[in-house]
Amino acid sequence: MEIAIISGKGGTGKSSITAALASIAESVVLADCDVDAANMHLIMNPSVEEETTYIAGEKAVIDYSKCNSCRICMEYCRFEAISLSENKVSIDSVNCDGCRLCERVCPLAAISMEKNDKSRMYSGTFRFGKMVFGILYPGEENSGKLVAIVRRKAKEIASLNKIDHILIDSPPGIGCSLISSITGVDKVVIVTEPSMSAFSDLVRTVELVSKFNTELSIVINKSDLCQQITNEIIAYCKQNNFKISGTIQFDPEVVYAMVNCMTINEWRPDSETSNILKQIYNSIIN
Amino acid sequence: MIVAVASGKGGTGKTLIATNLFALLTKEAHKVNLADCDAEEPNSLLFFKPTKESVSEVKQMMPIFNSKECTYCGKCEEYCNYNAIFLLPEKRIFRLIEDLCHGCGACTYACEFGALKESDISLGVVSTYRFNAGSKIIEGRLRVGALTPVPVIKETIKASLDSEIVILDAPPGTSCPFIHTISKADYVLLVTEPTPFGLNDLKLSIQIVRQMGKPFSVIINRAGLGSDDVYKYLRKEKIKISMELQFDKEIAMIYSSGKLVIESRADIYQKFSKLSELIIHN
Repeated sequence: MEIAIISGKGGTGKSSITAALASIAESVVLADCDVDAANMHLIMNPSVEEETTYIAGEKAVIDYSKCNSCRICMEYCRFEAISLSENKVSIDSVNCDGCRLCERVCPLAAISMEKNDKSRMYSGTFRFGKMVFGILYPGEENSGKLVAIVRRKAKEIASLNKIDHILIDSPPGIGCSLISSITGVDKVVIVTEPSMSAFSDLVRTVELVSKFNTELSIVINKSDLCQQITNEIIAYCKQNNFKISGTIQFDPEVVYAMVNCMTINEWRPDSETSNILKQIYNSIIN
Repeated sequence: MIVAVASGKGGTGKTLIATNLFALLTKEAHKVNLADCDAEEPNSLLFFKPTKESVSEVKQMMPIFNSKECTYCGKCEEYCNYNAIFLLPEKRIFRLIEDLCHGCGACTYACEFGALKESDISLGVVSTYRFNAGSKIIEGRLRVGALTPVPVIKETIKASLDSEIVILDAPPGTSCPFIHTISKADYVLLVTEPTPFGLNDLKLSIQIVRQMGKPFSVIINRAGLGSDDVYKYLRKEKIKISMELQFDKEIAMIYSSGKLVIESRADIYQKFSKLSELIIHN
């Protein structure tokens, strides 16, 4: 079973909660799909048994010994990546989308493609099972595809090692990498917090998730930071028949657990937060 | 002066900084535009009650297939660099996988038989709101279900450039949406928190900002909650800390309820006032 832990808004506690759930499960495949800003390996410290290069798109480059500044490439480019300065055509690597159309239309074969090859996928073993994580090199593209590859690897490892559950730590937002991390999963858990921003993001995230045929539940984290909005979120969930798997109060020990490279359930196993996380785990799994 | 308020990690306080900085500058009679570039989850507007002025739609092109003209030669499939076209010539099957299409136009260029025409789909909207004394808030909002916010971000920034000071509330992460926002900025304020996750993501964003040659400094939010590793790192790298906000449950509560912190806390107003000088005199 694949369970994705998501949140529209960043910083609601997705990764801390995913880590805690992994330590409660004791034997899982943990897939860190927040490939833009992967963090789980910092507290789980996995061994790396396999490293794979991921080609994250391509960028066009000009060979100026062939280019005569005819500007045909400029006319065709739809990404505002090609411009003319001092009679010289130049390609902006930020805007270049790697579609290759400029290379194809160039009558002098002056444009070629360079591969973005600094992104990686790693897999290995950690103290609660197996772990797969992708690290998109800062600035490289196609994070959605890397997420799909991380998930495929996690499934392979799960079936090879006969591990039942895959936990996916997802990226924030609702764009391509998030869509890629929830497509086809069995369950989605949305971690939210009581702020106007998080509530507004929750509504957009729910709208997206409801396009997929998957079981949905909600965790309200740091619930005491604004009791009024917590109540509003609870009312919203009731009204729409969404299951609330649990509410967790703000607990600075969660931060100290992270500083000490542990999950909250390892750091303060008998605390109220840890007990609630166990209940949340049971509520999600069953 | 275009200032981007950014962070690798989500939830470090980008919007808190951007909205309060914008409010303070408008109070001090500057003409400022605030552009919410977090098009996947835009939130800046929640803190203001501005008047809507205009809305424009952001579109992406997509091919439309005409089976009558198609010879199933396969050139469109070959030209598509995103694997968005699936072709089975012997069964006369053409499929466009819309989620993979980037609207680059390579397939329509490739087709010699006029079997591919183009039409557009909506990616989202850019809305402009009027605020005090000529200042504006421009919000980019991705349509739920659309994949890439980048074209929406680009249009949002374009719509916000008619002011001397522009504040960009950037999307989280370190990939395309982040880069496209930063690339338009003259100065970057990187917001972090003193936790291991915060530090790790800060290092990634510093790597990019440096590669792009942008001047930057760091704002530490929720100081006191976590460890002092971030301070050691910044000292070693000789990076300037332009503001520090102590972790304070009251600030979290004010922000949570959609209010501006500078309006109820004089000490925080002072801090933002100092921060704004950095921007005005830069």
